Amino acid sequence: MTDDLTGNPPKPDTTGLNIVVCIKQVPDSAQIRVHPVTNTIMRQGVPTIINPYDLYALEEALRLRDQYGGAVTVLCMGPPMAEDALRRALGLGADRAVLITDRRFAGSDTLATSFALATALTTIAQDRPIDIVFTGKQTIDGDTAQVGPGIARRLGLNQLTYVSAIDSIDLGKRELVVRRRAEGGVQVLQSRLPCLITVMEGINDLRRGSIQDLLRAARADVTVWSAEQAGVTNPMMCGLRGSPTVVKKVFAPSPRSEPAEMVTTEAKRPAQVAEAVLDLLFARNPKLEADLAARKGA
Amino acid sequence: MSETPAAGRAGMRKELPEHFRDYRNVWVFIELERGQVHPVSWELMGEGRKLADRLGVQLAAVVLGPKDEGTRTAIRQTWAYGADICYICKDAVLTDYRNEPYTQALTGLVNAYKPEILLLGATTLGRDLAGSVATTLKTGLTADATELAIDDEMSLAATRPTFGGTLLCTIHTLNFRPQMATVRPRVMAMPHPDMTRPAGRSVWYTLGVAEADVITKVLEFVADATTNEVNLAYADIVVAGGMGLQNAANFRLVRDLAAVLGGEYGCSRPVVQKGWLPAERQIGQTGKTIRPRLYIAAGISGAIQHRVGVEGADLIIAINTDPQARIFDFAHLGVVADALQILPALTEAFARRLGRETRILEEA
Amino acid sequence: MSEHFDAIVVGAGPSGNAAAYTMAKAGLSVLQIDRGEYPGSKNVQGAILYADALERIIPDFREDAPLERHVVEQRIWMLDDRAHTGTHYRSDDFNEARPNRYTILRAQFDKWFSKKVREAGALVITETTVTGLVRNEAGAVIGVQTDREGGPVFARVVVLAEGVNGLVAQRAGLRPELKPNHVALAVKETHFLSEEKVQERFNLAGEDDGVVIEVLGTVTSGMVGTGFLYTNKESISIGVGCLVSDYAETGMAPYELLDRFKRHPSVAPLLRGSEMKEYVAHLIPEGGYNAIPKLTGDGWLIVGDAGQFVNAVHREGSNLAMTTGRMAAEAIIALRKADLPVSEANLKIYRDALAESFVMQDMKKYRHLPATLEKNRDALFGAYPRALSSALQTLFRVDGTAKRDKEKQMLGIVKKSRGSWWAVATDMFKVARAWR
Ligand SMILES: Cc1cc2nc3c(=O)[nH]c(=O)nc-3n(C[C@H](O)[C@H](O)[C@H](O)COP(=O)(O)OP(=O)(O)OC[C@H]3O[C@@H](n4cnc5c(N)ncnc54)[C@H](O)[C@@H]3O)c2cc1C
Ligand SMILES: Cc1cc2nc3c(=O)[nH]c(=O)nc-3n(C[C@H](O)[C@H](O)[C@H](O)COP(=O)(O)OP(=O)(O)OC[C@H]3O[C@@H](n4cnc5c(N)ncnc54)[C@H](O)[C@@H]3O)c2cc1C
Ligand SMILES: Nc1ncnc2c1ncn2[C@@H]1O[C@H](COP(=O)(O)O)[C@@H](O)[C@H]1O
Repeated sequence: MTDDLTGNPPKPDTTGLNIVVCIKQVPDSAQIRVHPVTNTIMRQGVPTIINPYDLYALEEALRLRDQYGGAVTVLCMGPPMAEDALRRALGLGADRAVLITDRRFAGSDTLATSFALATALTTIAQDRPIDIVFTGKQTIDGDTAQVGPGIARRLGLNQLTYVSAIDSIDLGKRELVVRRRAEGGVQVLQSRLPCLITVMEGINDLRRGSIQDLLRAARADVTVWSAEQAGVTNPMMCGLRGSPTVVKKVFAPSPRSEPAEMVTTEAKRPAQVAEAVLDLLFARNPKLEADLAARKGA
Repeated sequence: MSETPAAGRAGMRKELPEHFRDYRNVWVFIELERGQVHPVSWELMGEGRKLADRLGVQLAAVVLGPKDEGTRTAIRQTWAYGADICYICKDAVLTDYRNEPYTQALTGLVNAYKPEILLLGATTLGRDLAGSVATTLKTGLTADATELAIDDEMSLAATRPTFGGTLLCTIHTLNFRPQMATVRPRVMAMPHPDMTRPAGRSVWYTLGVAEADVITKVLEFVADATTNEVNLAYADIVVAGGMGLQNAANFRLVRDLAAVLGGEYGCSRPVVQKGWLPAERQIGQTGKTIRPRLYIAAGISGAIQHRVGVEGADLIIAINTDPQARIFDFAHLGVVADALQILPALTEAFARRLGRETRILEEA
Repeated sequence: MSEHFDAIVVGAGPSGNAAAYTMAKAGLSVLQIDRGEYPGSKNVQGAILYADALERIIPDFREDAPLERHVVEQRIWMLDDRAHTGTHYRSDDFNEARPNRYTILRAQFDKWFSKKVREAGALVITETTVTGLVRNEAGAVIGVQTDREGGPVFARVVVLAEGVNGLVAQRAGLRPELKPNHVALAVKETHFLSEEKVQERFNLAGEDDGVVIEVLGTVTSGMVGTGFLYTNKESISIGVGCLVSDYAETGMAPYELLDRFKRHPSVAPLLRGSEMKEYVAHLIPEGGYNAIPKLTGDGWLIVGDAGQFVNAVHREGSNLAMTTGRMAAEAIIALRKADLPVSEANLKIYRDALAESFVMQDMKKYRHLPATLEKNRDALFGAYPRALSSALQTLFRVDGTAKRDKEKQMLGIVKKSRGSWWAVATDMFKVARAWR
């Protein structure tokens, strides 16, 4: 494992942290529909937002920059209109924005997405080695949580997923301590830069940029790269052709056949209603009663 | 996952390259941490059995862990849950889960013994590991599947929710091996272990990774049971309140019920915006996604952004004064009534049924 | 260091976009501020786009603007509780190369327009609310305050394109508070329906052809207001709007009206099987000419809904918004070129341009209508629609009654609806005069 993306020895004297945050523009999931005839996803006219988890990642990056110095670049793969998302990130305080957009990226699954993003990261790292790559825990459209690990693997970065807090960073030793959400508890991990961190929701509160941040963002140029400009030399690795998975069918979940069973009792007293609720609940799920009784409870 | 219209690639044909043709058998990764196997692994053994039978191949379990009793027990259990083969790697570097050594062990095993299907639980561990393994192997991975099947071409069809559950899609990995998927806990049935089932074939694997080579160290594991941290996302029972509770003080009713049930409590977004509860309690699209066995929602209207965060619950009870409230569209049990009256009544009823003291109520 | 611009535009609706685009195109330094998450995110409209007003700003807008369907048929329905009486006007002439009216989805359209504004060179910032105006010692407006850190931003002129609420202008004492009888509250839903179904249900030949239905009558339960139904590519917009003062008086809730409208036997079949995508509520200024506030002052001017520029009778708003925005911009450009201050006196060129255009002339023409409708609402939005329906039913039912008797019955129905012929005649006269 190398100590930075270009394979150069670490440079402890570079000022602060060079951080890249991967953000995705996603449709506001509330408004997504499947076309009833063609069974395809209709996203036309659906408002788009920055993937909410990525905002936590961005804020975490901005905090580290404010504390340790350095710069935050936001990186997005998407259609040209994804520039809006990047501009918004600039307005929140990011220093630089890169959009990689190319028809050849269309139809990417997580393997192809992590390939494209990792390639662009390598190109970004030519200016200066990257210390930390941030991604969100997962997206709200794909929900896979796979792109982050994919990037880490391709770039040989120390992989720190589901991070709920960054306890400390020692720039001299290039070490950091983070808290990682595991099943049934939290792992306190010590690792080393460069690393990739996927961020849990609620790790921080989003800031609001100042009017100057916004003006700067409005004036800033978003760097737009085609596949070649991003550094892709083998387009077979991108988009549809670079995606081993095939989506054979997209469909809306069949609406629940039975609507909610309404608890109706002759009696209206709350205590009687409550008893009726419990009767129905435990009739549906007898095991629950035993399990609840077995718990320690209050 | 991909966002191309399904039509774009659905027509793609299966043309398995020569070097993948000898990939055979269904593997289940057994998630072992601190001596405990995560239940999802056994659920997957049950599901894996069906897939293996349909394909006419063997079912294998993969157990990675330290050389200790926990690992030995896990191996023994794999036979009871139907394994024909158990691939085992015992090494001190596998004591705590860390991505690097686990990825090396699992990819090493796959490259050596060539499974056609590899399943993992969609837990934080499973998703962390599956992502790196699939990328290393350059194969397809379907995340968070809720249904698995073998189609007529004998390939794995994994169905999963996307867009926060508003849509489902079925994903195949036609021309690469293994076909990988992570599967949500508690969607597949838990099989009955057969303790009398004889042990199958054990295959031992040696991992050439020294502790000094592993950069990431686990300094500490803080079990949830030992902290007061809010752990909504992983709670079994959740009681939540919305704007229908009318003020911050009334959230005591929600907390009391949660306490009697030994669960967590949460709320809708406007409650957080009002400052009645902290942000870590928010449930929904921009808050926590929960998947409890029981979810009780009081005074919550059921907006889509809330819905997507709770739909995975096994059983939802909704209390709302408005019979038209959208929450009744996806709740299992509905009560049209004043939550301020029903919540304390439920607390009392549960306490009585479950043989709890009603201390909380008396205090209140 | 504080920033200085030639102009700050408050709001990124049609009026603000028209103004910002026109000024930026002419080389002025323009800052546009909107409070929405993105331009258009909070904006609501039925919506019909009138091509002419936009064509005068962006002549080739048809090339890339997100247009849904062009209107080939206009229906006007008078509803009572069970029936509708209607006129349909459809003409193949509307299938022209440069159609005159389109249905649009505002969120998409505003986003497109905003992109044009940015491309023209204006700075556009969003998620930022203008909280107040900054004045110099002489009282002239010289900039705006926002809800973000970083102090005020300055400009030679502030264009208030903030929409119907007009809170910035109101707080600055530039205009009075909105009167409840000067605004309608409209509620609207968008229902998804496949392209094929839309075409089938509305007898549309081409995938770009559309129908507009305007509705009057008991749909508003006796309140002053109207309903509408527009066909989009793959959806239908449906809504009703009534004066805020009337809701207050009747205690009706807007969504109840919409619900009833959707269940009306003439409307329900058009929506059957559709799926609701979006529900929104928005105010429409309907006070007309008499409600127009002071439009100019030293360093500021008002355009669009903020200036009450809506022709409620013809359901025109966005075109007046775009036209007033453009005219304001042209005035500011002229003053900039002449290096003159943007003073109230110099802004006479804006006031004059408005007066000479269709904007003020139409506003003036209908100046008495709002009051007339409001005063006679029981008759116009209840009694007449019912009478018309039962009169026509009498006519169309073949039941052995002689036609002469039928005519008598029909007249009787109309007369009875208002108590006397005198009342009917007075109503007619009043409406005709207000219309003239
Ligand atoms: C981008 C975005 C993200 C969002 N993310 C989230 C999210 O993560 N989580 C979330 O929850 N929301 C989220 N929302 C907000 C969501 O749209 C709703 O506004 C919110 O869920 C409504 O909260 P509520 O049900 O508590 O309040 P309301 O909608 O006000 O509903 C209150 C309900 O209480 C009922 N009620 C009133 N009195 C009583 C009583 N005495 N007893 C019983 N019932 C009573 C009423 O009938 C009503 O149904 C988001 C919105 C947006 C736009
Ligand atoms: C239901 C409905 C149907 C309609 N149908 C039609 C139709 O079919 N055809 C038609 O021509 N017209 C129609 N109209 C009218 C038309 O929508 C308006 O006349 C038009 O949108 C006015 O444009 P505007 O730019 O003046 O205001 P708006 O479109 O309201 O834009 C004002 C903008 O200012 C922003 N803003 C407000 N205050 C602040 C602040 N303090 N700081 C920053 N930003 C601020 C808002 O976010 C908004 O983006 C309809 C209206 C409604 C409600
Ligand atoms: N197209 C993309 N552009 C930039 N970042 C992305 C993209 N897709 C995914 N990511 C990042 O990867 C994370 C996990 O995404 P997913 O695997 O799709 O759930 C997201 O939170 C983003 O940070």
